Amino acid sequence: MTDKPSLSFSCPVPDSNSERIEIAHGGGGLLTQRLIDTVFRPAFGQSENDLTHDGAVLDVGGAKLAFTTDSYVVDPLFFPGGNIGTLAVNGTVNDLAMCGARPVALSAAFVIEEAFPMSDLLRIVQSMRTAADAAEVRLVAGDTKVVERGKGDGLYLTTSGMGQIVVPQPVSPQRVRPGDVIVLSGDVGKHGMAVMAAREALGFEPPIVSDCAPLAAPILRLIDEGIDIHCLRDLTRGGLATALIEIAHTASVTMRIAGSTVPVSAPVRGACELLGIDPLYVANEGRFVALVPAQAGQRTLDLLRGYDDNAAIIGTVEMVDEPGSLTLEMLGGVRALDLLTGEQLPRIC
Amino acid sequence: MCLAVPGEVLSIDGDDVLMRDGRIAFAGVVKRACLAYVPEAKIGDYVLVHAGFAIAVIDAVEAQRTLALIEEIVAEDRW
Amino acid sequence: MVKYVDEFRDPAAARHYADAIARVTTRPWTIMEICGGQTHAIVRHGIDQMLPDGILLLHGPGCPVCVTPSGMIDAAISIAERSGVILCTFGDMLRVPGGQGSLLSARGRGADVRMVYSPLDALALAQENPAREVVFFAIGFETTAPTTAMAVLQAEREGLSNFSLLVSHVLVPPAMEALLSDPANGVQGFLAAGHVCTVTGYREYEPIARRFGIPIVVTGFEPLDLLQGIYLCIRQLEEGRVEVENQYRRLVHPEGNARACAAVDRVFCVRSQQWRGIGEIEASGLGLAPDYEPFDALVRFPGTAVPPEDQTSCISGEILRGVRKPCDCPAFATACTPEHPLGATMVSSEGACAAYYRYRRPLVAE
Repeated sequence: MTDKPSLSFSCPVPDSNSERIEIAHGGGGLLTQRLIDTVFRPAFGQSENDLTHDGAVLDVGGAKLAFTTDSYVVDPLFFPGGNIGTLAVNGTVNDLAMCGARPVALSAAFVIEEAFPMSDLLRIVQSMRTAADAAEVRLVAGDTKVVERGKGDGLYLTTSGMGQIVVPQPVSPQRVRPGDVIVLSGDVGKHGMAVMAAREALGFEPPIVSDCAPLAAPILRLIDEGIDIHCLRDLTRGGLATALIEIAHTASVTMRIAGSTVPVSAPVRGACELLGIDPLYVANEGRFVALVPAQAGQRTLDLLRGYDDNAAIIGTVEMVDEPGSLTLEMLGGVRALDLLTGEQLPRIC
Repeated sequence: MCLAVPGEVLSIDGDDVLMRDGRIAFAGVVKRACLAYVPEAKIGDYVLVHAGFAIAVIDAVEAQRTLALIEEIVAEDRW
Repeated sequence: MVKYVDEFRDPAAARHYADAIARVTTRPWTIMEICGGQTHAIVRHGIDQMLPDGILLLHGPGCPVCVTPSGMIDAAISIAERSGVILCTFGDMLRVPGGQGSLLSARGRGADVRMVYSPLDALALAQENPAREVVFFAIGFETTAPTTAMAVLQAEREGLSNFSLLVSHVLVPPAMEALLSDPANGVQGFLAAGHVCTVTGYREYEPIARRFGIPIVVTGFEPLDLLQGIYLCIRQLEEGRVEVENQYRRLVHPEGNARACAAVDRVFCVRSQQWRGIGEIEASGLGLAPDYEPFDALVRFPGTAVPPEDQTSCISGEILRGVRKPCDCPAFATACTPEHPLGATMVSSEGACAAYYRYRRPLVAE
């Protein structure tokens, strides 16, 4: 096999001088990773493995707790399938679930721009209550700040969450092993396309609906059924590809997925083809991957299919390798998938 | 330069040649496109859409011929 | 099953074509495809990995985004920074760095820069914001020029006074001729851009094929189109034929789309154009025709500077022509990386240099 370059699709590349924070630093891709590696981990981490996973697992007086936090700056605040409030609740619930924890309680901090409509705030808060009830968590603490008009983009929301670890063995990239099977919980690309379509008024009929949802139930089910889950990750910013690449890097393994096995709904497919966007990198808010030993793969799939018909086994962990990588099987061969350097934008060419 | 996608014409609006547009279906979404450059397009036709414009109507017969060519090539190579 | 897409992605048929290509290939050949969309499709489906080792598929300067002169990007930014202006353009244009940063970074500093999917969206913005000046940064090849033209015609019809354009449309045949005229050119066959030809037809490729003795196959974008186009090109090369063949028959007619061409001829005129990373090519770009000068943003905002192209250590042009390889370049992976690109072939990750840069990480072997 001759040298065939591996190509990716983030065209074109941002001008990254890194003297100032850029939008791409918040995108979940290469620059976010770099920011964590060069700014946050040196300051807060105690080891190389800190800050590599969604939440932290803490031993507090003998009780194993999961603790996580997330902020929400979505534009638009309201979109088909949810709003900033539902995102905030489900996002934090899901980060806890990804640690193998039963979510217990959340806090919410609101930074509201002056003149923000009270009716919008009420709608958002009510949705948060509904989402919290559905996820079986309580919102127990909060804070409110108001900033001057022009300084806030409407509303910024931060939720923190606490959960009780119920998984017998830790769930983290460090447990990933060659031979593990990658199980995807459902179809991808809905949230990112729903938000993009709403924000840019793309006029899709019917509107694409976000998949924003709590994921504790399927994960707790896997745990109850005794599945030895090695790693879990929800597929938020940067989508399925980014989540798997990050796990591969942290775990120092190579992974391979087959493009044809990744479920994509017809509306997302149509929207992605039209705009030239790769669904593998589009954000989701109600999907996760579980990496489990090969012998548990079928059982995991069967259990997840009970929650979503589109659950699928999409690939495997191949071998230990430094640095880790993710390859995609396509029609003509395989290519390596890279972290995006910036957010995917609709393209003309 | 060339991201253009085939879609099915579901409906057509407007009599004005310059402003005629239609609802086009792409896999599972429908979006409007300007039909000014394809006056011959009818409901049920498939058009190629680029930057919000239909730029050509797909010729179904030629499409079939293109697909059939592989059979010919495979047959040729059997000799 | 998405009609006119999935049938042309059938894996079994693709393998048949790959086998057929391998059977007809007896010598090494260098073929260039000259459309960013085709490059994308080739990479996305791994078409280049299906070809026999002797076939070198070069990616030509077919990404209108990365050949847009950096001076035009700077002009767009300076217009965007004027108070009251809404500057709109396509998504992939937002992040390309000019001499002084990108439109996206200008937005970060407060300029009202917006992404549109169609020039008609820019027109709609002008209609909805009569107190603002809306400027559309119009880029693209012949496929896109008719869409810009229609926006201008509709603006003229409606008497819109707050809509103008920064025009940087480019034409494919002159670029092909410039590449083929280079004495060091190694390209032996061309896949012509199917969507460009949907608009223009392919008559103007016939003199090019004859003059340079190069087979040209008008090719589509799905895996079977690309494989069939490559197959037809190689057959011509192996048989010593020189013709313009049309693989994309379901969409391309020899004369193209007359209405679209008429709109372009009315609104634009041909002029010489800078191609980033290559240089100036005569009669390779479009500017607004004299009757439509009032819609030219450079006329509406006099004093907008269009800085000349930087002379850097970039050898993009030679790479595009297949004369040099990225690793020959002294700046490759040192001064010039995807994060700090010096030229067109590194700016877009479809470009040869960006591709080679990524390949520096080991690829999982078969």
